[in-house]
Amino acid sequence: MHTLKSPFAARLSPCGGILMHSPRTRLTAALKSRGVSRREFVQFCSSMVATLALPPRYLGAVVKALTQASRPVLVWLEFQDCAGNTESMLRSSNPPVAEFVLDLLSWEYHETLMAGAGKQAEDALERVVREHAGEYIAVVEGAIPTADGGVYCTIGGKAALDIAKHVCSKAAANIAVGACAWDGGLVRSNPNPTGALGLHEAVPGLKNLINLGGCPHNPANTAAVLVHYLTFHDLPALDEYNRPLFAYGDIIHDQCERRAHYDAGRFVEEWGDEGHRKGYCLYKMGCKGPEATYNCPTVRWNDGTSWPVKSGHGCIACASHRFWDTKSPFYKRLPSVPGFGVDVTADEIGWVATAAVGAAMVAQVAGNMVRDKLRPKKTAEETKEPPESRGA
Amino acid sequence: MARIVVDPVTRIEGHLRIEAQVEGGTISDAWSSGTMFRGIELILRGRDPREAWIWAQRICGVCTMVHALASVNAVEDALGIEIPDNARLVRNIIAATQTIQDHVIHFYHLHALDWVDILSALKADPAKTAQLAQSISDWPVSSEKYFKGVQDRVSALVASKQLSLFGAGYWGHPAYRLPPEANLMAVAHYLEALQFQKEFIRIHAVLGGKNPHLQTFLVGGMATAMDPNEPGATINPERMDFLVQVAKSAIGFVNQVYVPDVLAVASFYPEWFKLGTGVGNYMCYGGYPQGSIKDPADFFLPRGIVLDRDLSKVHPVDPANVTEYVTHSWYEYSGGDQAARHPYNGETNPKYSGPKPPYEFLEVNEKYSWLKAPRYQDQVMEVGPLARLLVAYASGQPEVKALVDATLGKLKAPPAALFSTLGRVAARALETQLLASRLVGWIEQLGDNLASGNVRIHNGEKWNPNSWPKTAQGFGFFEAPRGSLGHWVEIEDQAIKNYQAVVPSTWNAGPRDARGQRGPYESALLKTPVADPERPLEILRTVHSFDPCLACAVHVVDARGHVLARAEA
Repeated sequence: MHTLKSPFAARLSPCGGILMHSPRTRLTAALKSRGVSRREFVQFCSSMVATLALPPRYLGAVVKALTQASRPVLVWLEFQDCAGNTESMLRSSNPPVAEFVLDLLSWEYHETLMAGAGKQAEDALERVVREHAGEYIAVVEGAIPTADGGVYCTIGGKAALDIAKHVCSKAAANIAVGACAWDGGLVRSNPNPTGALGLHEAVPGLKNLINLGGCPHNPANTAAVLVHYLTFHDLPALDEYNRPLFAYGDIIHDQCERRAHYDAGRFVEEWGDEGHRKGYCLYKMGCKGPEATYNCPTVRWNDGTSWPVKSGHGCIACASHRFWDTKSPFYKRLPSVPGFGVDVTADEIGWVATAAVGAAMVAQVAGNMVRDKLRPKKTAEETKEPPESRGA
Repeated sequence: MARIVVDPVTRIEGHLRIEAQVEGGTISDAWSSGTMFRGIELILRGRDPREAWIWAQRICGVCTMVHALASVNAVEDALGIEIPDNARLVRNIIAATQTIQDHVIHFYHLHALDWVDILSALKADPAKTAQLAQSISDWPVSSEKYFKGVQDRVSALVASKQLSLFGAGYWGHPAYRLPPEANLMAVAHYLEALQFQKEFIRIHAVLGGKNPHLQTFLVGGMATAMDPNEPGATINPERMDFLVQVAKSAIGFVNQVYVPDVLAVASFYPEWFKLGTGVGNYMCYGGYPQGSIKDPADFFLPRGIVLDRDLSKVHPVDPANVTEYVTHSWYEYSGGDQAARHPYNGETNPKYSGPKPPYEFLEVNEKYSWLKAPRYQDQVMEVGPLARLLVAYASGQPEVKALVDATLGKLKAPPAALFSTLGRVAARALETQLLASRLVGWIEQLGDNLASGNVRIHNGEKWNPNSWPKTAQGFGFFEAPRGSLGHWVEIEDQAIKNYQAVVPSTWNAGPRDARGQRGPYESALLKTPVADPERPLEILRTVHSFDPCLACAVHVVDARGHVLARAEA
């Protein structure tokens, strides 16, 4: 039976399985043997090119990179985590996680998913560090506790900080997924009893470090970053927080599907009221969209099904720096939206909105210059530092 | 006599370490240790109780909505808020979806490789595999060609010498006993289940905005506005159709793939229906309100306790009897570490006294874990799908009784077979089957309410903090995929004063108490055979049968400020 009837059958993603064939297998033959047309494969690669905002001429490079015979090695480290970023990766659709793990990369260490345990797991990680030094990708999930000699997170009897230093310093690229690995996240929130830090502060000076904030990270962005890295052996253009511009360059409010209601002054006043049922703006219910950047409204979640604002709740700015401390309380209305205001007249709103579109376009152009490492100035909201205190 | 250490225990959530003493090829003693602590304790102090769920939810990203729901339950209890019927239904739908998805991932991606030898699948005959698959299920994806394709994929992986996630497995271990065809079938379904879980969880995306970490809970109801005529409403007729369609497809996967696979795999390992028994006390807080949350007698899965494997009697649960010990945990209590404390006066004062990392062994006679040891009336309790099923079975819940009896009949096994490692695995599958069928019903009820114009989704009477009393306290119970979860909250002057959570994996994975009673993992590992101490596959089988979730288990949310007090001392 060639056609799989079930919606949950192991469908082949457009790029699935190509890399499992011998190095000499031609692309077309490889695709055919996996039941994938070349056209579908190129479509997939095109979608990656589009997500990354790459010029179309890069399509050929992406196709070529994804059909390499020897797969790059990836290790996924978990420290003070909730495994939410691992779970989010499992929801990856384009390509699905099975293709990442089996076809595009050799995913050799990941506590939540790997077959081996105990000594065998530790040996697997050590072998990667030894045999692939300078070549492998290290993904980090969770914060790293630095207080009291590292006793707040040990794996195989070793402190998380020592593991991070050992593994990440020898990686070709480091990807911090989720808020905790980026800036310490919830674990580091005031008063930070375990001295938790994000990867870049716990292990300073790492080369090729990219931060994919969010609680959790959106696997669509992570997939795009991985494909970009596999293609160019380099990271996409980053902002001052080492976040990719294609995902973190735009303000949520500017991309929001409820934005027209904001501009027209139509707001949800109470949960479940008529405005809520009609999809009005959630600003008055505490939405942090005007102060948050992320591509959540366009990429959405779980195969593009929805995102929090679409489903009826305000944004909590989970991809913003130190958001737990800087963006809470989450139901408190933002005191003032720069350049905007609920009480301004429609004329004023229209004028400001026009300016905002202009600004968004500038940001978009910047985002398109993907490989030029453009680093725009910090916005006011992003430079606010929460008070630091450490208990233990 | 040898000491075996398994650290990290992989294919779980979080950081778990098992140390076991092996004598004459079987385990004579065992210690379970959680090796990670985040100290969320102080973080909720002084915050708005209405947003506690957003923070508490981050305790776990696997069972990602359970702490959110327990949290809103607790705050609603404290403030005396009754939620609308639609909110109850949406919560039941979200909870059942979580449990179904979690159980499927657990079996295929976290547990199956303890029973399934991937490399053996290379020796399978795809035609015979197709016959095997068709003999146990009418799942349509079962052709020879399909299994050949999966086998080719495994074979290419092996030929590449890059086995990825499967590189460090215990392949060829003498304890693997499935024939090659069953192994190949299981590998195929491992991949199908990966696809299933991400499609199915779109229910959470519709009703929660995203998964993991859904974002539509509210104290007083849900943020999922409903309207039969508004496309801008979260719940509208179009999305109801989508939910029904996804939920129905889950019934197919669960009944035709997951449950038959569990029974097929189990049939090759009959001795594991006798091993891994453990403490024999089972507790369930009750799950899925059919009406008011105040009426547990009316829950779909009833509340109760089964003691000492005696299914003839169900004992009541009184929240006042839940306590926690830290005698063998890296904490200290102000009144001494020999006495237990109830969550309302719980303390979380971390005090690490273990070996300095890197270390080889823990000091298991002293303190050896970041988990506390919860007890009910000083008794050790196992919680989770098996506990829920046994309490429901002993209570005479008709659906559960019929399904369990039919399954035991198929396995030709007595009810006592359930008190085991494979009993936990089977109970999880049967619960999934029950919930998958219920799920469609709850979605249809929600659809009926929508169609009839009943769109009330939130009770806003107490949304304004000025309407609250000066002080209040309450608790929220919830049956998470891994078992009984309780949150306790104290509110003063519109802010959180104290917050405690007692979590399923703390019940199961916790260490010894003041009396030296072993926790459920530790008990269940006793008498387990270990064929090769260098490759302790058997330990993984029993520990994984509980579905450990260690981020949840390590304690958690007490806002009293003892960590700060220690820092200042």
